[in-house]
Amino acid sequence: MDLTTNYLGLTLKNPVMPGASPLVDSLDNVRRLEDAGAAAIVMHSLFEEQITSQQLAEFAHTEMPAESFGEATSYFPQMEDYALGPDRYLEQIAKIKSMVEIPVIGSLNGTTLGGWTDHARLIEQAGADALELNVYYIATDPDETGAEVEQRTLDILEAVKDTVKIPIAVKLSPFFSSLGSFGKQLDAAGAAGLILFNRFYQPDIDIEELEVLQRLDLSTAAELRLRLRWAAILHGHLNASIAVSGGIHSVEDVVKAIMCGASAVQTVSSLLKNGPAHIGSLIQGVRHWLEDHEYESVAQMCGSMSLQHCPDPSIFERANYLKVLQLWKV
Amino acid sequence: MDANEAVASVAYRLNEFFAIYPITPSSPMAEFADEWSAASKPNLWGAVPSVVEMQSEGGAAGALHGALQAGSLSASFTASQGLLLMIPNMFKIAGELSPFCLHVTARAVATHALSIFGDHSDVMACRQTGFAMLCGGSVQEAMDTAVISQMVTLKSRVPFLHFFDGFRTSHEVSKIQLLSDDDLRSLVDEDAIAALRDRALTPDAPKIRGTAQNPDAFFQAREGCNSFYDKLPELVKEAMDAFAARTGRAYKPFDYDGAPDAEHVVVIMGSGAEAVSETVDALNEGGRKTGVIKVRLYRPFCVEEFAATLPKSVKSIAVLDRTKEPGALGEPLYLDVVAALRQAETLGLLENTSAIKVTGGRYGLGSKEFNCAMVKAVFDELAKDDPKKVFTVGINDDVTGLSLDYDPAFEVETPGMKQAVFFGLGSDGTVGANKNSIKIIGEGTDNYAQGYFVYDSKKAGAMTVSHLRFGPKPIRATYLIRQAEFVACHRFDLLHQVDVLSYAKPNGIFLLNSPGDPDEAWSRLPREIQEQIILKNLSFYAIDASSVARAVGMPGRINTIMQTCYFAISGVLPKDEAIAQIKYAIKKTYGKRGDAVVQKNYEAVDSTLANLKQINYPDAPTSTHHLNPVVPEDAPDFVKRVTALMLAGKGDLLPVSAFPVDGTWPTGTTQWEKRNIAEEIPVWETDICIQCNKCSLVCPHAAIRPKVYQPELLENAPPTFKSTDFKVRDFAGMKYTLQVAAEDCTGCHLCVQVCPAKDKSNPSRKAINMAPQLPLRDAERENFAFFNELPDPDRAMLKDDVKTTQFMKPLFEFSGACAGCGETPYIKLLTQMFGDRMLMANATGCSSIYGGNLPTTPYTTDHCGRGPAWANSLFEDNAEFGLGMRASLDQSKVFAEHLVRGQASVLGDDLVSAILSADQSTEQGIEEQRKRVVALRSALSGQTSSEAKSLAQVADYLVNKSVWIVGGDGWAYDIGFGGLDHVIASGRNVNILVLDTEVYSNTGGQQSKSTPLGAVAKFSMAGKAVPKKDLGLIASSYGTVYVARVSLGAKDSHVVSVFREAESYDGPSLVIAYSHCVAHGYSLSQGLEQQKKAVACGYWPLFRFDPRRAEKGENPMKLDSGAPKGSLADFTRNETRFQMLARINPERSAMLHEMAEESVKERYALYQQMAASMEPAPAAE
Repeated sequence: MDLTTNYLGLTLKNPVMPGASPLVDSLDNVRRLEDAGAAAIVMHSLFEEQITSQQLAEFAHTEMPAESFGEATSYFPQMEDYALGPDRYLEQIAKIKSMVEIPVIGSLNGTTLGGWTDHARLIEQAGADALELNVYYIATDPDETGAEVEQRTLDILEAVKDTVKIPIAVKLSPFFSSLGSFGKQLDAAGAAGLILFNRFYQPDIDIEELEVLQRLDLSTAAELRLRLRWAAILHGHLNASIAVSGGIHSVEDVVKAIMCGASAVQTVSSLLKNGPAHIGSLIQGVRHWLEDHEYESVAQMCGSMSLQHCPDPSIFERANYLKVLQLWKV
Repeated sequence: MDANEAVASVAYRLNEFFAIYPITPSSPMAEFADEWSAASKPNLWGAVPSVVEMQSEGGAAGALHGALQAGSLSASFTASQGLLLMIPNMFKIAGELSPFCLHVTARAVATHALSIFGDHSDVMACRQTGFAMLCGGSVQEAMDTAVISQMVTLKSRVPFLHFFDGFRTSHEVSKIQLLSDDDLRSLVDEDAIAALRDRALTPDAPKIRGTAQNPDAFFQAREGCNSFYDKLPELVKEAMDAFAARTGRAYKPFDYDGAPDAEHVVVIMGSGAEAVSETVDALNEGGRKTGVIKVRLYRPFCVEEFAATLPKSVKSIAVLDRTKEPGALGEPLYLDVVAALRQAETLGLLENTSAIKVTGGRYGLGSKEFNCAMVKAVFDELAKDDPKKVFTVGINDDVTGLSLDYDPAFEVETPGMKQAVFFGLGSDGTVGANKNSIKIIGEGTDNYAQGYFVYDSKKAGAMTVSHLRFGPKPIRATYLIRQAEFVACHRFDLLHQVDVLSYAKPNGIFLLNSPGDPDEAWSRLPREIQEQIILKNLSFYAIDASSVARAVGMPGRINTIMQTCYFAISGVLPKDEAIAQIKYAIKKTYGKRGDAVVQKNYEAVDSTLANLKQINYPDAPTSTHHLNPVVPEDAPDFVKRVTALMLAGKGDLLPVSAFPVDGTWPTGTTQWEKRNIAEEIPVWETDICIQCNKCSLVCPHAAIRPKVYQPELLENAPPTFKSTDFKVRDFAGMKYTLQVAAEDCTGCHLCVQVCPAKDKSNPSRKAINMAPQLPLRDAERENFAFFNELPDPDRAMLKDDVKTTQFMKPLFEFSGACAGCGETPYIKLLTQMFGDRMLMANATGCSSIYGGNLPTTPYTTDHCGRGPAWANSLFEDNAEFGLGMRASLDQSKVFAEHLVRGQASVLGDDLVSAILSADQSTEQGIEEQRKRVVALRSALSGQTSSEAKSLAQVADYLVNKSVWIVGGDGWAYDIGFGGLDHVIASGRNVNILVLDTEVYSNTGGQQSKSTPLGAVAKFSMAGKAVPKKDLGLIASSYGTVYVARVSLGAKDSHVVSVFREAESYDGPSLVIAYSHCVAHGYSLSQGLEQQKKAVACGYWPLFRFDPRRAEKGENPMKLDSGAPKGSLADFTRNETRFQMLARINPERSAMLHEMAEESVKERYALYQQMAASMEPAPAAE
């Protein structure tokens, strides 16, 4: 069975990889993922904002009380070897790269154009084979238009593209008004892939304390359908490859995503729930499914259920909505 | 480089083992050694020295003694009380002729008061030990004499006490010539090191040392060392010559500066010698014949060398001592010189020495200024026919008349020297930027550079004053700048506190950080400041640096902005070059902190010049507003006469008569010092408040207070005074006010953080919210004054819950503790609950500094004039100190009761019986006993018997007193643990409060045995690998000690209950209180939240061990917090002390974290088991 797939111009031995997550903080986990057959290692995102705020906070907490009082001109030892910000991240990429045979994909979330490009360069230098731009952005400013949000993403892509040679994937949010058009623009701007979609952690409310709570929930299979629809719609319109991320839990989920046009899938929640070895079960499961259903390769299946190829494209379109409601009434 | 770093660099490279203990001002030397060791920096022989922090200097000395016996090159660093604790071992080390160097930042020994500052009283206390004593008078000399000490100790076998002046030299930043490894290698005698190793104790060639000797042997054996001392001066000379040959810097045991035919000579040791040298040159240029002998080698005191150094022409000598020996014929150096002259004549080295007038003078105690004007006064005195035999200089002694008058206007001008003075805040980074400026000028030009930094005695809103000198010649000015070409004030409000412009030379430059539009800077100045600017014809520049800093995202951090202004205006370097150098320095200094920090600072520099403006001003002042008075008009006489001058930075002008003779000071004086350091203060919303009083409970500075009072008292309330109905049924009709002391608040936000009441429609609005202070200041000043006039409630009527404790007046207020301090809320609560009958023994540390560092003191009194009586003895002896207080109180009470019985005929049996059997376990009981004492005094009035008079004197002891022994973990877990252990074993009724910050906070974050597993601190740079000591468990093992562990942020009601139970227990009580601290590395506004997390995750379980329960057949151990929830990381991830290790060594961090997690679980399980196992067995069915 030929499980190979082409993703971001890289030939992967199969279409299943871990999504960006803290799993890769542990080299043991990375080893287990590779042993289980993961197609690639995706690093967790390097958040520029987090680096900046962490540096400034630590600066404030250690430097501001210093040189104020004669008996205590400092409160912390002066460290010679103090790694801040991207250093550890880059070291980890390098370590993983030297350890595994499979491709290593960096992931980056910047806040300034300089941050995007500088860190992208560093990630490339550290040995990453490709880079995900994790455009995790909530447009809270009511004066910012959708066009401006799209343009910002395009600007980032172009700037990073000018900086590095490795292929670049853009990890998108589902909240673009015309994802088809925007996807094409990204494609034209040189994105090697689009990842559908980023999962935004939705805050919760504590009604007793009147506080907003940060809450992290693992994905569910229900989240997959949004991704399937958009993979199906975009497939065939882009040179860029498509990856589905979010809601991949079972073998069937992987199959569905590929049928809708994904060259690759990323899963995190299922691995957090079941351990890194679970990726092996998914890959084996896909192999068996393809064998059972007499497919020859992943490529044969890829996009078979996309908007262009599926027997009833209207279900991916507006009518889909009406029917669902009707179904619900029934 | 400062002398601490210079000396440490020498000591580190030339030794193998360091046993240390932190003490100001020597701590940085030990910290450097530890940092280098942690970074695996090798010594001269390629090995990485080991650095061990001990539990006290006594312990360090023991460890050093052992290491020397076992043949290691060993050294240490200390000062003051620490040096005194080493003395017993110093006798041993010297008696055994062990080569060893102890580097001492000479500091005052505590007498009538503690002083962290420099003088020679500590080193002079070591004269008898047998250590050689070598002194360096400047940063360069300190480094050079460190090497010479090491060279000679190895060769001579006599141990060396190498010293230099605390702060003045130890902390002075100066451009010096460094010593390379090759320099050191060429100077140190390898054969001597081999000999040291040969003498080591080893079972391969066993010997014995430390024998006990009988009268037949001891004396002769003691004399055996004489020849080693006899040879020593010659060896020192040889070493100095070798050093000069290598480096070009020549020293002698006694150095002489001045006229070869000098008639008047000063003999002096330490940094003061530099000021004398400078003055001698100036006087001699004016035709005088003066000179100075700088004492380098003080012990052994070499008469031959001294005689050879003294000009034969001398007619009078003033020997200046930086120490005081009350009752002695003179201070030590003076007596040495007198004896040396006599001996020199006997030896035929000098003639007719009796014709030389020798006087002894004291100067510079506790870092008192010693400048050229004072030196000139000494020479003027020497020139008199009958100079004072004993004198002091630098103060005005109007009591015994010993002091010399001096002309404060006298200055020695050094051609080409530029001087600048900067007034800043600690937190704005002024000192750091100025240290960089020194590097920039020192390294980037041919100029010599010097920086000296004066720090505040307060920690919140601390002011710093930087004194910078630059010039083409080596700088010998070992005193503060008094007249500078450039004066900068980095915070506008400091203009009201300090006479900033008194430092400005006529036609100089004045740079001001002025809020708002610089064009309006002139009109904002108080009239007196305008007058000075005009009078001195200053060039006036202004910038709104705070806004620039805010705009670049570094609020409050104005250092690089003001530094850029300095270089732009002063012309010390070409502007572009200066900016490039500043940026280079930023990269070098903050690069380790991350690129974001560097970039923000770059942005600040780049934004500066466009915002800097030179202000043109009129010929006459225009302002109608004036400087604020230092203290209000209604302040007590002592405060106006003494405290106010100290607050204004003019304490040097106070005469001896102004001061208490025995260190006894009035309490309650912080209330007169209005510091106005908060940019924002809490504002109370009456409609939202639920009157829980938690804000008041957690306020570290007692700056927000509730009161309940009758509505009619509002009649004359100021217009903005807020009031609402008190929402407690039993007090229907009463009014409630929550008042902020706007001028005393530090703006820490803790009150807002803890406030549980939120606006239901807009939860971002709480019952208290922060708002800018300046627009509220005047109205709130009036409101707070009115609030204070409202009566305090009757203590006897109040219950012991969190809410009502806060209606009791805090008798600890407005201390100098850090904004957001985690310790002070506990102390404040103690004073609210027991302050009117409380004696406090306070260990040295943060709590003694914010509790008792002048100029003002925070402990205060209630409306009856009662309040905590507070004292600090030492660091190591606090538990014993408190025990002594208890014993004395008990003794006085026993005596009073005895007298009461004897006076039954006068007092009446009922009163006698009531007094002797009084139940004083409640506030009511205390109050009733106080009334009985009033009745007793009344009955005794007119009685003339000695017993009756004695009883009247001691009658107050019939009212129970509460002894509280308070200190930090450095004291309780480490240096004072032995004493604490003994005291809790004594069974005496003392209460011990340990303010546990898990680190030595006051000296800058060194690890203690309370430091937790996995935390990074100084001396545990790789993260502490063993769990903290469980002091509570140790204490509870006696079974007779009340022990509790509390956390105000996690469970405030528990703290109140514990304090009451501890106080009521008729035996020793130990309360360990979790205290968040700046040394934990996070915003202290989150301190209470962190405390909650610490308890929730099981890191800090709350418990009480009450022996009274055991007496009732119950389990004395009671766990008061639930089983751990969540992960330890919920707590540790927010604190730099834990997170630092993850950056340095993530693998070790993860390993220690896992161990810590395990340790937390194990400890909780143990407590759980203890709390369960002693439960009475369930009844049989």
